[in-house]
Amino acid sequence: MKVMNMVQAINDALDTMLTEDKSVVVYGEDVGVEGGVFRVTEGLQLKHGAARVFDSPLAESAIAGTALGMAIAGMKPVIEMQFDGFSYPAFNQILSHISRFRNRTRGKFTVPAVIRIPYGGGINALEHHSESPEAYFGHTPGLKVVIPSTPYDAKGLLIAAIEDPDPVIFMEPKRIYRAIKQEVPEEKYNIPIGKARVVNVGEQLTIIAYGAMIREAQKAIVMAKQKGWSVELIDLRSIWPIDRDTIRESVRKTGRVLIVTEASQSYGAAAELISIVNEEAFLSLEAPPARLTGFDTVIPLPLGEKYYIISPERIFFEIDKLIRY
Amino acid sequence: MFNHETLDKYSPLENKIFQLIDDDGMPLDKKWKPALSDKQIIQAYKDLLFERTADYMAVSYQRQGRMFTYPPNLGQEAIHIATGMVIKEDDWLVPDFRELGAWLAKGVSMREIFLYFKGNEDGSRFVNAKRMLPVSVPIASQLVHAVGIGYAMNYQKEKAVVFAFVGDGGTSEGDFHEALNFAAVWNVPVVFIVQNNQFAISVPIKTQTKSQNLALKGVAYAIPSVLVDGNDVFAMHEVLAFARDHADSGKGPVLIEARTYRIGAHTTSDDPTKYRTKEEEAAWALKDPLKRLKGYIEAKKLFDTSGEEALVAEYKKKIDKEFEAAEKHPEYPLDDVFKYMYQEMPSELRRQKNAYENYLQNKGGAK
Repeated sequence: MKVMNMVQAINDALDTMLTEDKSVVVYGEDVGVEGGVFRVTEGLQLKHGAARVFDSPLAESAIAGTALGMAIAGMKPVIEMQFDGFSYPAFNQILSHISRFRNRTRGKFTVPAVIRIPYGGGINALEHHSESPEAYFGHTPGLKVVIPSTPYDAKGLLIAAIEDPDPVIFMEPKRIYRAIKQEVPEEKYNIPIGKARVVNVGEQLTIIAYGAMIREAQKAIVMAKQKGWSVELIDLRSIWPIDRDTIRESVRKTGRVLIVTEASQSYGAAAELISIVNEEAFLSLEAPPARLTGFDTVIPLPLGEKYYIISPERIFFEIDKLIRY
Repeated sequence: MFNHETLDKYSPLENKIFQLIDDDGMPLDKKWKPALSDKQIIQAYKDLLFERTADYMAVSYQRQGRMFTYPPNLGQEAIHIATGMVIKEDDWLVPDFRELGAWLAKGVSMREIFLYFKGNEDGSRFVNAKRMLPVSVPIASQLVHAVGIGYAMNYQKEKAVVFAFVGDGGTSEGDFHEALNFAAVWNVPVVFIVQNNQFAISVPIKTQTKSQNLALKGVAYAIPSVLVDGNDVFAMHEVLAFARDHADSGKGPVLIEARTYRIGAHTTSDDPTKYRTKEEEAAWALKDPLKRLKGYIEAKKLFDTSGEEALVAEYKKKIDKEFEAAEKHPEYPLDDVFKYMYQEMPSELRRQKNAYENYLQNKGGAK
């Protein structure tokens, strides 16, 4: 097996699907000649040609809307929103059409498109380059929202997303694009969308997280272990659909739960997850379900980011409070 | 016949409008011969009359409280009928919401249209209309879909053209401009038709744009663009036939501004007396597309139009039947709310549906 980081694993997934399925095309801003600002699509245009991997004019609404047109005409577009904050001009197309076309036409036209969005902070970037907009998409009926946390998952989940008959928002935690290296099979495999992964088995508390927060939670769990505490970690892998079964089973066992998200708090994924915990495991709870999230503020520019982005120490602090509750 | 030379002559920069017949239906150029056969011209008249009748009926059903909001087509039918004459079975129709005659030509049934405006998504199934998209409510957002379809037609090496509609207000939207730009850069077979009916609900064209005409909007994108008399079915037909041929032969998109007037209200919920004058309405009544086409037919003695009332009566019967069929459509089942959201119903939606069913079975709470 080859050792890959997430950028390489996603590139490999795209290459696999471009090779296997001629209806797949990959386009967006700078994804062609340059191979994307994060080099995720590097080499793909050379290999698969400029009709299949290409730069579009710079307009996110049209990038998303044309993907709908291609999809209902029998293609499988995989488009890139260059940065999280640039997905906002495409909201109307995603929320008003891509998510609804199947329902509107009673299944006559469907949109098997994938919208890739590098997201999240921690890369010392400008404004609009560090956002976590997943809740907007998770709140939108008709979409699936997938977020990998490892290179292995990124490849398997992206292949599943491309093969999915419905539109998938595929959010890539850009902070860990190159931070984690892992053995990734070179052959095709897919990971079912909607099934969470238990990263760490524990007995006293459950952490539910996804994306870049998994790595931070893992570090906090090591700190907790030194105190003799046993913490379970669930990587959600998709925030819609949410794997209720895995959450129920874990929280009924541990009786304590901490949700960790980088996104701001109000009306976010953490709120939804706490509702699910209450619905599924209320009588097993030994402490109020807790959330550690970004502030309800704009994510600060790089010099202020240290306050906003959640560190392993802050996660440990919350674990400590919950276990002593 | 309208061709590339005519296109140059009618540059939007000159603000000239392409028109073939006058307000009475008389050819402006005595030497001009219609590209349509007599049979086609008579059919166009009948189709226009049918659209107008169906439209009147729809408004009256709405007034009787048997249908919800409906957007009347009255006055704009020549554009729709001409599109219907040009569009082929494999071509795509990307509608806005006010193109009734073109929908019918594509194979949509009045039953489906009534069903949709009665508030049932089943009306957007368009069972017998190949490559016909549903109504797009957010203005101009459908135009980028047309461009994506165009890309797919090129990519799949299919010979098919996409006809995409928008109104004058839509030309202020970002998606209109993004669509034109992408269409030109990608060289896709899309014919954009702007129905400039002078008003976006109540807002007049003067408030939308400072441009002299809307065809001008295509010039900066390097798209062949032309301003046409949208109430002249002959002019519309020639330009649309040219545009289809241009797009179909790999030369890329065309933009048509069809200048017309919405004689009716924006929708049945709108009151145009608040923003229009009687004088303006009277001036446009002289340009009524049915009146002009009839003028031509009568002058050339192609068809005896004195039988119009009988025709209308026959159409009314047909349309009534379609409306009855829509009224007899099965009741909207709970299942339909959920089952079309995804190919396979996710467990979360099953859970929510089960909870509602449980409520239905146990209304009133514990006994």
